[in-house]
Amino acid sequence: MTTGAYLDFERPIIELEEKIAEMEAMAEERGIDVSAELSTLQAKLTRLKEDIFTNLSPIQRVQLARHPRRPYPLDFIERCFTDWVELHGDRAYADDHAMISGMARFDGQPVMVIGQQKGRGTKENLQRNFGMPHPEGYRKALRMMRLAEKFGHPVITLIDTPGAYPGIGAEERGQAEAIAYNLREMAALRVPTISVVTGEGASGGALGIGITDRILILENAFYSVISPEGCAAILWKDGEKRDIAARAMKITAGDLFELGVVDEIVVEPMGGAHTDYAAIARAVDDAVRRHLTEITAWDSDDRIKRRREKYRQMGAWQSEAGVHAARRGDSPAPTAS
Amino acid sequence: MSWFKREKKKIETTTARKELPGELWHKCPSCGDILYRKDLAARVSVCGNCGHHFRVGTDDYLELLLDQGSFRELDADLSSVDALGFVDSKSYAQRLEEYRERTRRNDAIVCGLGAIDDVEVSIGVMDFGFMGGSMGSVVGEKVARAIERAIERRIPLVIVSASGGARMQEGVLSLMQMGKTSTLLAELATNGLPFIAVDTDPTTGGVTASYAMLGDVIYAEPHAQIGFAGPRVIKQTIGEDLPDEFQTAEFLLEHGFVDAVVPRDRLKRIISRTLRWMLGREALAEEE
Ligand SMILES: [Zn+2]
Repeated sequence: MTTGAYLDFERPIIELEEKIAEMEAMAEERGIDVSAELSTLQAKLTRLKEDIFTNLSPIQRVQLARHPRRPYPLDFIERCFTDWVELHGDRAYADDHAMISGMARFDGQPVMVIGQQKGRGTKENLQRNFGMPHPEGYRKALRMMRLAEKFGHPVITLIDTPGAYPGIGAEERGQAEAIAYNLREMAALRVPTISVVTGEGASGGALGIGITDRILILENAFYSVISPEGCAAILWKDGEKRDIAARAMKITAGDLFELGVVDEIVVEPMGGAHTDYAAIARAVDDAVRRHLTEITAWDSDDRIKRRREKYRQMGAWQSEAGVHAARRGDSPAPTAS
Repeated sequence: MSWFKREKKKIETTTARKELPGELWHKCPSCGDILYRKDLAARVSVCGNCGHHFRVGTDDYLELLLDQGSFRELDADLSSVDALGFVDSKSYAQRLEEYRERTRRNDAIVCGLGAIDDVEVSIGVMDFGFMGGSMGSVVGEKVARAIERAIERRIPLVIVSASGGARMQEGVLSLMQMGKTSTLLAELATNGLPFIAVDTDPTTGGVTASYAMLGDVIYAEPHAQIGFAGPRVIKQTIGEDLPDEFQTAEFLLEHGFVDAVVPRDRLKRIISRTLRWMLGREALAEEE
């Protein structure tokens, strides 16, 4: 914890941790026994973390998803995969540094890993465009998916983006077309596909690599049609109302599971994924393995059919035939056509 | 199901407005010409002086594109559910009710079967007047069913888009409609069936980033705004002014993202020609 990068609501935890560290240092320096005091403080720290982290508001989870020390796709690639070889470029225009992709092994099995990558610090963030891909990023992602498909290997995407980049060049080069095309082509991929929302799952920019057999999400990650700030600015005419917008849009992992959009919530260590990279990587590793085993067992045609059916069911509407509610556990939709 | 009950009297008062003197003429926002309503209607709401395309409604497109009497609306009973219990300045449920009253539709798209110069099509026409043509679960579901209908009957699909993007009040469910519609379009493509996307003013956000950009052929109306991100968001992000013509149909044509910009009075003819070419049907006699 050497950097000063922490969130407001993390402050009491950081302060207590610093106090504990000081006491340990002092005890060592003067050679005195403070183990009783230390264990009291440790217990207090555990309680404090639990207090704060079991009552997170939606906007606090959004802040955690955007935490400057949040593990990014490359951090997961380093820990969950082996034999990583990054591959670059869309073979048409450029290499988008906000979108990474490459060959890797998962339990020895060849897989393609793709994800949006933010930078650490200003310099890298400018190079990575804050994890906001241009059309060439989406086209590069699709090129890699096709490469995986050619050799029959699964595709795993790691979603963490504030959105597809809204800029002149992006529009000139067809941001909408690039995303739309990916949605359709991912639907028809013959290989198993899994997406893991590790941080920000913002809008079409997230979905552009997200049409998959399974959708997993980290406990404090979110998936949303628009950023809470964007929604607040439009509907409340005030970007400051982002906490209200975040709550209203039901964007937390728990809400998304309820709405039938995600298949599993990957539990984060108490204090958030950024406090223990190894633990969150193990949890992601475990979840991906279970789902991958399951979907790999299906034959390709069946998998494509199930994938289509999965998205076919999403949404809530009513008709004379009855109500199709998206909520998990509700009765299935009437099969009207 | 109280949503289906409507107060018929209220609706009649709104249609009577047509006779107001102020509604007899329009000023063209592009060239300033005074255009008489009757002339404008005869020219499919295109300015006779400068070619400015006024926005027209869903019914106008159905009438313009389909053979007379051929349209059969389907899934009109589908209506939105306030799955999130969403409230901003008013509740989503209340907002929906107001738009249902105002537009006399259940949501932002009309779908059904019709014929274009005797070619049967599964058609959907979006309604910008219903919550800015935003795509929520109902638009997604109706488009999905329109695609399925095309596959079942082995007929082409035509979708006329007009949309401000995804419907925020349905949160991530609206985002997922992009996935739902695109996933089914993959199946339509596998079946070798034609899909013509017609993008009108405005076609933006999630609709552009899904079916509006996935036509085998994409036609756009002159000067229609078509784009992914909103101009204000882009301006704010890059901190500079946007070029003239940015995100217009002509801009997309220039950059290779629409197949042609088609004036409204040519739309039916061009779509008809396209469908007949795709299906290998005999061409119609050249007009004039
Ligand atoms: Zn004019």
